[in-house]
Amino acid sequence: MRMDLIIVGVGGQGILLASRVMGRLAMNAGRDVKVSEVHGMSQRGGDVITHVRIAEAVQSPLIEEGKADAMIAFERMEAVRALPYLKKGGLIVVNTQKIAPAPVLAGAAEYPEGLLDALESAGELLALDAQHIAKKLKAPRAVNIILLGAFARRRGGDQAAWLEAVSACVPPRTVEANLSAFLAGWEAAVQ
Amino acid sequence: MEKALLLGDEAIARGAWEAGCRVVSSYPGTPSTEVTEAIAAYKEINAEWAPNEKVSLEVAFGAAMAGARAMACMKHVGLNVAADPLFTAAYTGVRAGLVVVVADDPAMFSSQNEQDSRYYARSAHVPILEPSDSQECKDFTALAFALSEQYDTPVLVRLTTRIAHARSLVTLGERLDRPVPAWEKEPQKYVMMPGNARRRHPIVEQREKKLAEDASEMEINRIEMRDTTLGVVCASVCYPYVREAAPDASVFKLGMTYPLPETALRAFAAKVERLIVIEELEPFMEDSLKAMGLPAAGKAETGLQGELGVRKVRRALFGGETRLIAAPPQVLPRPPALCPGCPHRAVFNILRKQKLNVFGDIGCYTLGATPPLNAMDATLCMGASIGMAFGAEKAQGKAFSRKSVAVIGDSTFLHSGVTALIDAVYNSGTITVLILDNRITGMTGHQENPASGRDIYGSPAPMLDLAALCQACGVKHVRTADPYDQKALDAAVGEEVSREAVSVIVVKWPCILLEKEHPAPYHVEGCKACGVCMRLGCPAIGSGADRTVQINPNTCVGCGLCASVCPFGCMKLLERGEHA
Repeated sequence: MRMDLIIVGVGGQGILLASRVMGRLAMNAGRDVKVSEVHGMSQRGGDVITHVRIAEAVQSPLIEEGKADAMIAFERMEAVRALPYLKKGGLIVVNTQKIAPAPVLAGAAEYPEGLLDALESAGELLALDAQHIAKKLKAPRAVNIILLGAFARRRGGDQAAWLEAVSACVPPRTVEANLSAFLAGWEAAVQ
Repeated sequence: MEKALLLGDEAIARGAWEAGCRVVSSYPGTPSTEVTEAIAAYKEINAEWAPNEKVSLEVAFGAAMAGARAMACMKHVGLNVAADPLFTAAYTGVRAGLVVVVADDPAMFSSQNEQDSRYYARSAHVPILEPSDSQECKDFTALAFALSEQYDTPVLVRLTTRIAHARSLVTLGERLDRPVPAWEKEPQKYVMMPGNARRRHPIVEQREKKLAEDASEMEINRIEMRDTTLGVVCASVCYPYVREAAPDASVFKLGMTYPLPETALRAFAAKVERLIVIEELEPFMEDSLKAMGLPAAGKAETGLQGELGVRKVRRALFGGETRLIAAPPQVLPRPPALCPGCPHRAVFNILRKQKLNVFGDIGCYTLGATPPLNAMDATLCMGASIGMAFGAEKAQGKAFSRKSVAVIGDSTFLHSGVTALIDAVYNSGTITVLILDNRITGMTGHQENPASGRDIYGSPAPMLDLAALCQACGVKHVRTADPYDQKALDAAVGEEVSREAVSVIVVKWPCILLEKEHPAPYHVEGCKACGVCMRLGCPAIGSGADRTVQINPNTCVGCGLCASVCPFGCMKLLERGEHA
């Protein structure tokens, strides 16, 4: 496994946990891994980007523009914002949810149209309404793990290894709920 | 050997634990906070949040002087506050290892400036180590304790955001327990009055010379000879950038960036055709190399601002493409904002309504400066709001304070605002101070402080009474207020601002992120599109093309601020479980 992955979304969406699961997966597989996180002021509803690099030996903790193999986006406009990182034809797993930024809330701008088209033309797109799936599971906070499930399936991952990584990273009393969320994402990836 | 995927900060904590560190005192500050949070999980270490960085370093120094390995952690601007004890601790030296962890923030992800802490090492005459990944964070911390004892000096360990907040694999080791020796009196070494300090200063100079000589033999200063047409000198996160951008170049990888290993650097420079220094922020190493007469370059290409990366390093080394790829044009900015239900918003609503001049401070509430609130005129550094307000009164006259306030959080007030309040009372000021008391240090991720009633372990602790403290400082007009009783807060601010005396309003409401249970969300009925609620800048309220507003039931926490400002009473509480 060698992969440069960008995980993006809005502060508070559970991006750090998703990146931690990826890191755990790589570590369990005996690979070198670096995960670069964002903490602090940007987390207060701002855009958040995490870099995950997995290889035999990883140097820079940051992925260069145009070099990411894949992207997991928790929000559709954030996926487009991070497109400069993606290599041509890279995998994009996107939650189709729209979270209005300040200019839209203020009525000063419209939430942009055509974002999914932009993603479609940039790479291999898997778009899913993870928020809807999370609601059906009665687990509104599980959007992150659902997206990981979909990403894992699309990348042809070993399900058991993923489930082990998820279990190791979530709080003990939420393991069962998170494994269900992962499997729901895994199922959603074939549609 | 067991491995773990640790943040640089967590690896520092692990390194301190393995090195037998017993005492850690810190003040939170991004990106250093997680060191001390991780330390609190090690039961062999006595950890604490101090009211500020100066106190934290003094506590750590006291422990080290009394024979226990000790550490203080802070962000770059925190070292300004702790500079006073640092400079003289460099004279006294230590009995057990004393390590000061300082985390710089190139690109200012969560900071008010981009200062480069390495200059503190040079001007205080203490060594500074710079790890380049989490494994080195652990190893260098242990080494820092050893060097501290070997050379009888405090040792700085410098991180940057990309080291502190990046996870990488770390091989874990065991703890070396070190007994604390009996207390020994040694006033000639530890009482720094002129006579003793004059005897210590030459020792500082000799120690630094010895360190500089020994540096060329230290394993953490490593030469990787490859192609000799290019030789790069680097440290910290720049090392992996350089290795990736120029895998064939010869590299001098520094683990200790002050004092520099001059002998080894001269030998390296002699072997390479072109000598480039890659470093973020200031030309700290490059200037030193130039002072040695070596033909170093690099800063002209890398610049003084922001962080570097593989692409920028490649460009600096080999030229070529200069423009970074921009995000597609249709993407809108997403600036951070106060959370839905944040009690600070309720305060800024009143300050803006009364058109006051607002001297702000460091914390989440600095976001009160952003649109549409636009309710802040100045933010300088921790605790500065009160001093700035008093200084402005001196410049503009007392009438100016009849339309001005200082706004400061509970943790920031205790950090360094209280001394400015004492100044204003003592010197006949008439300012009004609002202490936004949410009982926690919010922006850095909810660390306890002396007003929280809990310590770093979450155990009950004496809860400092902010109102009583202000009274003890001599403030005659101190009152408390509920931010969500907007009428009463409006009246209280009006009265206190007009009063020609120092006054304090303690505005009490807990950080909304700490509240697990929320009232049901509000919804809108019969909106008249007046736009009044939109001026609150609440992320749960959005306006459509026709200017009528909706409330997002998923993010609204039912604080009711919008209901209290709506002139037409359109905001209705949803019954629990009901859907709009």
